[in-house]
Amino acid sequence: MATGYPTDDGALEAPAPERLVWMYTQMYRIREFEERVKSTFTAHPGVIRGHTHLADGAEGSIVGSIAALAPGDQILTSYRCHGYPIALGTDTKAMMAEIYGRSTGLCGGLGGSMHLFDPARGFLGGSGIVAQHLPHAAGAAWAAQIRGAGQAVVCFFGDGASKQGAFHESLNIASLWKLPVVYVMENNHYQASTRSDQEDANAAAGEPLAVKATAYSMVGITVDGTDPVAVHATVAAALARARAGEGPTLVESLVYRLSAHGNLIAPPGVPLHYPEHEAVAIFGNQAEYEAALRGDPVPRFRHRLVTDGVLDALDADALEATVREEIDEAERFALESPLPAPDSGLAYVYA
Amino acid sequence: MVRTTYAATVAATLAAAMRADERVVVFGEDVALGGPYLTTKGLAEAFGTARVVNTPISEAAICGAAIGAAQSGLRPVVEIMFVDFIGLALDQLVNGAAKAHFMSGGQLRVPMVLRTQGGAGQRGGAQHSQSLESWLVHVPGLKVVMPSSAREVAALLPSAIADDSPVVVVESKTLYFRHEDLPDEGVAPEPLGTARVLRQGRDVTIVATSRMVHEALEAARQLAMRGIDAEVIDPRTLVPLDLATIAASVVRTGRLVVAHEAVCHGGVGAEIAAQVQAACFYDLDAPVVRVGAPFTPVPLSPMLEDAYLPGTAEILDAVDAALD
Ligand SMILES: Cc1ncc(C[n+]2csc(CCOP(=O)(O)OP(=O)(O)O)c2C)c(N)n1
Ligand SMILES: [Mg+2]
Repeated sequence: MATGYPTDDGALEAPAPERLVWMYTQMYRIREFEERVKSTFTAHPGVIRGHTHLADGAEGSIVGSIAALAPGDQILTSYRCHGYPIALGTDTKAMMAEIYGRSTGLCGGLGGSMHLFDPARGFLGGSGIVAQHLPHAAGAAWAAQIRGAGQAVVCFFGDGASKQGAFHESLNIASLWKLPVVYVMENNHYQASTRSDQEDANAAAGEPLAVKATAYSMVGITVDGTDPVAVHATVAAALARARAGEGPTLVESLVYRLSAHGNLIAPPGVPLHYPEHEAVAIFGNQAEYEAALRGDPVPRFRHRLVTDGVLDALDADALEATVREEIDEAERFALESPLPAPDSGLAYVYA
Repeated sequence: MVRTTYAATVAATLAAAMRADERVVVFGEDVALGGPYLTTKGLAEAFGTARVVNTPISEAAICGAAIGAAQSGLRPVVEIMFVDFIGLALDQLVNGAAKAHFMSGGQLRVPMVLRTQGGAGQRGGAQHSQSLESWLVHVPGLKVVMPSSAREVAALLPSAIADDSPVVVVESKTLYFRHEDLPDEGVAPEPLGTARVLRQGRDVTIVATSRMVHEALEAARQLAMRGIDAEVIDPRTLVPLDLATIAASVVRTGRLVVAHEAVCHGGVGAEIAAQVQAACFYDLDAPVVRVGAPFTPVPLSPMLEDAYLPGTAEILDAVDAALD
């Protein structure tokens, strides 16, 4: 396993103070990285042309989950996939270069923002097809079950993905075969421009989406996804059940995405940017959006650690400055990196 | 010689692969019971139901779980009972299996085999009789194999299982119970992407796939009685396609007929014809002629289905057109 793997062996105890600081650091790194992705659209127009999707607002959920992993565990994600590899220790320079389509990118410029992969760190990748990776997670968990070494798989996806057939087929198989997998649904209440209560029967009935687990006789839990400690405890417990052969869990992690679904998509030449959040732009719900901003989990977790005496404010400033330098370096590296040679696009069609 | 069938050879070849490599696992609907055509018969008894697993009727999850399992160190051989059901697994195959190695810049591999079977002639109706291989041939990242006999199953299925890319093997339900003699010493694996010349001839080249290989050989026999010497080539794998063997033949004969059971429209025959005309334009003495089914769903009624199915007669007509 790569050095610096952020494991605590799935311990169920509350994270130690250093671990809490580590968690805050990862949350801050994810936020800074994605703010830099976002500002690239205006600071360096044309450098990113396709789709990007940010996880701002979900950092606590991502880091809390990743902190519960043990060596040899694997994760799979949707296209909103920058945060997980950052927490796993993937080089942010290679990630930014991949998003910029450079030859030095994590996947040589063949993947992009929606398709980051780092299997050496257990990250089997992001998929641009909503819910496509849920059965992959079941298969990876089946392989883990056959290996019999106590390893498990965590699969991250959005609330919208739970309306796909692949979600239902996967939960059924995972529960039927008692697979060591945790399905973490990051419920941000929107599928692009549609609100959950407009497209989900459970949401429309005022129920948590975790009730979907009941249909497959598996544990379903709703957790405050803005609280990394709560997410850690929930996912760690789910992983412990998975490793013990007690089967999968559906964790509904409640978050709020603080940016729009993704950047504007437009023909070449038209400058791209992040539009206003759909809550405001489509539903005219300024109050909802402002409440979400006030609840921003990154400054909130910092405040909590400082108030609890876990992290000194000056130390927090210092670690944030170090992170900003890291992200400056990632951006510089990506901007200075060459674009891939045209014929490199013919590689890797077949293994 | 050992007398066997195509279906029994599938089962025997899978058993050999499972014996040789414990990473090989088999799953799909009813596979632990042998499946409707007995192509996995005996595997669960020999290797246990941990490695030969019956799945729910969830084609997307079958294919998707194979992808995840393959990326995590297993070599799954999964079955989609009829190729007609592959639509339910197509996203997994096309956007998942075929692209993981590429999008990850070579970091991931998906060494999985998806076995399925197609073809009409058994009164299965429009949803259990199709030949849909051209859907798969269109996708970079997938390999596509169509064994035309028990011998080809024995030669190619091991290579498909050993391949580090996703391979779809489209078997033929019509051929499953055809009797065939295989050598006592068995058939050695042969590489994907190699065509096989089944009959040498000077006057016309017939490229045929799957069941149509046998129709082409029968046509060649009848043509010989008329003094026409046909060469019959089975490409065996559609991706990668062994154009070199086909082109070398066309350079000698100057005439090409391509025959498959799938509808002509948008079929693999069009791709082969296009590649051959680009490679051999000045060697061709006549336009390439395609044989395939009419552009309709497969009809149920015996009379209609027999009329629908291309066979020896259609190949003979095509050869006449090519020689005209
Ligand atoms: C199969 C498929 N259908 C539609 C889309 C277009 N699309 C991309 S993201 C998205 C919304 C998904 O919402 P959710 O699952 O809640 O995830 P979130 O984006 O909120 O994280 C849609 C419809 C897609 N990428 N794939
Ligand atoms: Mg959502």
